[in-house]
Amino acid sequence: MFISIEAVYVFLGLITLFGSLYTFRDQKNPRRVTSGLFYFLYGVTLLLGSVIPPFVMGLLVIVMVIIVGAGGLKTGSYGEASSEERHESRNRLGNRLFLPALLIPLITILGTTGLKEVKIGELFILDQKNITLVSLAIATLISLIVGIAMTRSRPMTPIKESRRLLEAIGWAAVLPQMLATLGTIFTSAGVGTVVSEWVSAIIPTHSLFWVVFAYCVGMAMFTMIMGNAFAAFPVMTAGIAVPLLIGQFGVDANHLAAIGMFAGYCGTLMTPMAANFNIVPAALLDLKDKNHVIRVQVPTALILLCFNIALLYFISL
Amino acid sequence: MVMIGVAIVIIGFIVRLNPLLVVTVAGLVTGLVAKQSLYDIIEQFGKAFTTNRYMAIFIATLPVIGLLERFGLREQAESVVAKVKAATTGRIINVYLFIRELGAVFGLTSIGGHAQMVRPLVAPMAEGAAEAKYGKDIPDNIRQEIRAHSAAADNIGLFFGEDVFIAIGAILLMKGFFDQNNIPADPLQMAMWAIPTAIAAFVVHSIRLQMLDRSLDRRLGKAKNKSAEKGE
Repeated sequence: MFISIEAVYVFLGLITLFGSLYTFRDQKNPRRVTSGLFYFLYGVTLLLGSVIPPFVMGLLVIVMVIIVGAGGLKTGSYGEASSEERHESRNRLGNRLFLPALLIPLITILGTTGLKEVKIGELFILDQKNITLVSLAIATLISLIVGIAMTRSRPMTPIKESRRLLEAIGWAAVLPQMLATLGTIFTSAGVGTVVSEWVSAIIPTHSLFWVVFAYCVGMAMFTMIMGNAFAAFPVMTAGIAVPLLIGQFGVDANHLAAIGMFAGYCGTLMTPMAANFNIVPAALLDLKDKNHVIRVQVPTALILLCFNIALLYFISL
Repeated sequence: MVMIGVAIVIIGFIVRLNPLLVVTVAGLVTGLVAKQSLYDIIEQFGKAFTTNRYMAIFIATLPVIGLLERFGLREQAESVVAKVKAATTGRIINVYLFIRELGAVFGLTSIGGHAQMVRPLVAPMAEGAAEAKYGKDIPDNIRQEIRAHSAAADNIGLFFGEDVFIAIGAILLMKGFFDQNNIPADPLQMAMWAIPTAIAAFVVHSIRLQMLDRSLDRRLGKAKNKSAEKGE
């Protein structure tokens, strides 16, 4: 293929790496060397992930965590535009400012639907397995070019601005990847089997309602532990749904899959382990409480969890 | 014994240690308890970190969003909304919830996102609507709540919309699981049975957003009068 997912990672790596060079020289940052090193290493892991051997990669990651743990990651100054400057440029550009921002979803959709399975010669244009990610990266690049042309900025301005945003997110940027790592280790250590054994040990297996209840609540709770409903689904379904719901009560597999997965999503809404959905946005929006998004989501999640239990129970009667 | 890692995570989050540190320690301890060698554990860290690089995709959006913010994108989003009389914070977020969920139903999961839509557009619009209605001096804790609601709508719309689309990862995963276990399953049926919860999610969360508007009325009603006195 012409544009692979690795090319996207190179793009991400370069943004982070160039940003870190400014961090090393940021005099307002009390820990500019360690902070710079953190983003530099992060850039390296993104850029060279497919080349660096896994063990070395693991060491780099642990160095990054130690920097964070030792308080070596601080913010500095970013030469933001003053509100007068922003007001002035806003008067000049007006609603045209929306154009590059809206180009991102537009081009992404065009890429995912329009360029799917399109080939030049023998080669696909876009990486078919990761078509959304690749399309999104291309979309951001095109809208960046439009944005630079429109605002007549220097090419380094967006790098500096992305550094401002990335450092506002800080360690939370790396958290989703670390949590996915933890999920892998949990799985290989057998945490899933233990949880499903516990759940199936407590529930009265003769009652359809309580089995449905245990399956849905189990999906939500296991998702909260793993941060990912996809990790919970095979474990809980093999542990509870297949032997009891399908085997004993003859519940339709399609029903329990659709509804069980949603019960898992209710868990995703309530856990800091799903950092990319819950913690990164809190950092992006400058929220003081990193769990604020979760707090807002909990009532909806609980109501929908009850709805899912009731729905699966009544259609299985 | 392997549950010790889960315990570390839960305790770590409760006493509010740095999550990155907690998660790493939990991973190391879980691996050691399961009698894996330190070399293997570190290798697993490296391998999983590499395969999950796709989670860093939001970085791609930062240069252009940062650039546009420098030139006043967020302020522009606020001021556009301020001109629409019918716009309230809850309604703005509700419209976004609708677009996000409907997009996901048709497989267009890339239509939203926290870095590219919520931060630069939705949250400023929701805050702008509140400013237009109650005056500029909205207390910080309420601004935070409005932003948190904007982010929550993105998640809820995405999650409960996407499973209605047949070709989404979740449906394929479930189909694959049942195939492995020799249980007949049909992606179309699974997607169909996602519809009731998808509708329920929209209804429930829309009601909560109306309640948000009412609670803002209750808490900021005074600010409105103040700004009227100032002649804004």
